[in-house]
Amino acid sequence: MNNFDYIRPATVQAAVVAASEPGAAYLAAGTNLLDLMKGGVTRPRRLVDITHLPDLDRIEELPDGGVRIGALVRNAALARNPSFARRFPAAAEALLSGASAQLRNAATVGGNLLQRTRCAYFYDVASACNKRNPGAGCDARGGDNRLHAIMGWSESCIATHPSDFCVPLVALDAVVEIEGGAGRREISLEMFHRLPGDAPERETVLEPGEMIVAVRLPQEAARFAAHSRYVKVRERTSYAFAVVSAAAALRIEGGTIAEARLALGGVALKPWRAREAERILAAAPIDASIFRRAAEAALAEAKPSGDNGFKIELARRIVVRAIALAAAGTPEQMPALPASPFATVAGVIHG
Amino acid sequence: MTFSTTLTVNGVTRTIQLDDPRVTLLDLLRERLDLTGTKKGCDRGQCGACTVILDGRRVNSCLALAVSHDGAHVLTIEGVADGNRLHPVQEAFLAHDGLQCGFCTPGQIMSAIGLINEGEAYDDPERVREGMSGNLCRCGAYQGITQAVLDAQKVLEAARSQEVA
Repeated sequence: MNNFDYIRPATVQAAVVAASEPGAAYLAAGTNLLDLMKGGVTRPRRLVDITHLPDLDRIEELPDGGVRIGALVRNAALARNPSFARRFPAAAEALLSGASAQLRNAATVGGNLLQRTRCAYFYDVASACNKRNPGAGCDARGGDNRLHAIMGWSESCIATHPSDFCVPLVALDAVVEIEGGAGRREISLEMFHRLPGDAPERETVLEPGEMIVAVRLPQEAARFAAHSRYVKVRERTSYAFAVVSAAAALRIEGGTIAEARLALGGVALKPWRAREAERILAAAPIDASIFRRAAEAALAEAKPSGDNGFKIELARRIVVRAIALAAAGTPEQMPALPASPFATVAGVIHG
Repeated sequence: MTFSTTLTVNGVTRTIQLDDPRVTLLDLLRERLDLTGTKKGCDRGQCGACTVILDGRRVNSCLALAVSHDGAHVLTIEGVADGNRLHPVQEAFLAHDGLQCGFCTPGQIMSAIGLINEGEAYDDPERVREGMSGNLCRCGAYQGITQAVLDAQKVLEAARSQEVA
């Protein structure tokens, strides 16, 4: 690990000033950043420790019925917050399907959004990577790329965004609150992460020094609480990133789908909202053939970036499975294996 | 530049001067405080051998900068027994052969104590396995570990209900 200046500011404003210097990085739990620094993947000259800042670790119920989650709220604390888990069960399930219990106890909400891809070529400093070293090339192209992106990728980068939590968040219209040198601004999570294009080193819309202070979910997101699931295929049952995943949230009225939300994970460099699929599901009957049509629409633009064509059909099936599980209803209790596609639920049509 | 860090480790408060901000909580425990029960396995947050209870939560001490945890309370494997009386989780690991080589065991035990405190494993082996998935055991003692956690949980619950009564 390279050496660095360690700064512990007392206020958000002081943190923004300290982090505006070139080569500075924010330190929250450090579960991803310290791992990257140990591998020499990132070499910040300055760490601005925000963990002692006041008020960023609160979960606030807003007067309009929404919820505001401070950037320093721990993943496990949020998933176990009874009100949050009851109103946004797919988000709680996604949180509990990620990483290990130890990591969830440390990792923060803001850090979850800003975690880096787990592309092995990004992590391996001996490999060419346009994200780590712009212009160097991409060894994932033509390399071992069966887990890489099938949507939104470019010739310069085929990595995926690894977050589970962001998948239901983007489906539920989450908003990111940002503090910067020019004051406070906010942006929808859907617009927060950037697709790689020809500048994969720019991963989000954050400007130097800008800091995530909170993530909000609107009141409307809680309307889906009775029919919300996150489903995640992994290469082992627990403690693994998604091969593909899907969050499905339905509002069911009189036996038909009044409104639907759908997003995919593990398919692109950002959590992928599937709006056309949502339109197909809206006002449709609860029927496996409709679910399949929605899945076809969600993956309509997919194309392999290497030896990963299998992910396209796998993603369609996981979308169908997520919708079917959501239609069957949010479980009373968090499943023993959160987001497992192998869990059996009575009355569910298998996709 | 030195960094002054105050930690309460196993009930004892100590102030440590660090001359380098890169020191992890794991290295501080092992190299500066001589608490070598906490193990360095992968040093990258993947194996769980370095698990300690930090401010009441089980975490990977290899991914925590010591300087960032100024003021924190840390419980390590050295602090769980009551004198010569082992902690119920330690007893259960012995009773169920929840180990072979023993390298991962301190981390397994700290993680199990954390899991039982979290109170979400119930008496469900599937939930215990899921809750312990951040601790690898390359000897493959998982069967015994699962049994030990389930058993220790029963013992701790019984002790707690006796206290209440």
